[in-house]
Amino acid sequence: MAVNVYIPTPFRRHTGGQSRVQVEAVTVGELLRSLAREYPDLAGRILDGQGGVQNYLNVFVNEEEIRSLAGLDTPLKAGDEVSLIPAMAGGGRRTERRAGRPPWLNIM
Amino acid sequence: MELPRRIYEEMLNHARACAPEESCGLVGGRAGRAERFFPTPNGAEDPLRRYDIPPVDLLRVTREIERGGMELTAIFHSHPATEAYPSATDIRLAYYPEAFYLILSLADPERPVLRAFRIADGRVDEQPIAIC
Repeated sequence: MAVNVYIPTPFRRHTGGQSRVQVEAVTVGELLRSLAREYPDLAGRILDGQGGVQNYLNVFVNEEEIRSLAGLDTPLKAGDEVSLIPAMAGGGRRTERRAGRPPWLNIM
Repeated sequence: MELPRRIYEEMLNHARACAPEESCGLVGGRAGRAERFFPTPNGAEDPLRRYDIPPVDLLRVTREIERGGMELTAIFHSHPATEAYPSATDIRLAYYPEAFYLILSLADPERPVLRAFRIADGRVDEQPIAIC
């Protein structure tokens, strides 16, 4: 049973530039392991050392993130779309300073 | 990157409306030119010091950018009280090496400062911004 997988831009260099791939799987865990086998450079980006999902990675089945479903055991059915989207987060005080005057733009 | 002034003003308005909390959002565009700003909520537990775009908004905006035939050009956030330079946390949590990271500082409310960076493998490279 084939499921569509959305590949985010930072992962596409590992999928030959493809933004969508099809994977045969009946659970999210099976899908991620299958992707990791097919595209070995992706393995460490999607799965941690214990076989769980990397903390920073959001995995959606259609509209729902799998942490609010059944995690890796979340079942898949034909026609589902799985989207992989790394977190966009940050903040906090800076701790590093570069030497020299950077070409910043000061807008009045 | 190229940034239409209208989009810069949308970012500034969003950042000012959210201050003193950090604000965030995504920018869709083509070939390094911003075409549309998508402000998002900040889902961080400590929004005074952190930003974290909620997963539901990441999915929604990613789809809108794709539907519009655009790319993810930039990831925006504001530093309400500190300068426009990536923090250690910004660098550690930068997972999009091909996107610009835009940081808007409101440390001097009368003189907002916007800077753009590429962040890859812990390295920060400042990029010029052309507001046009």
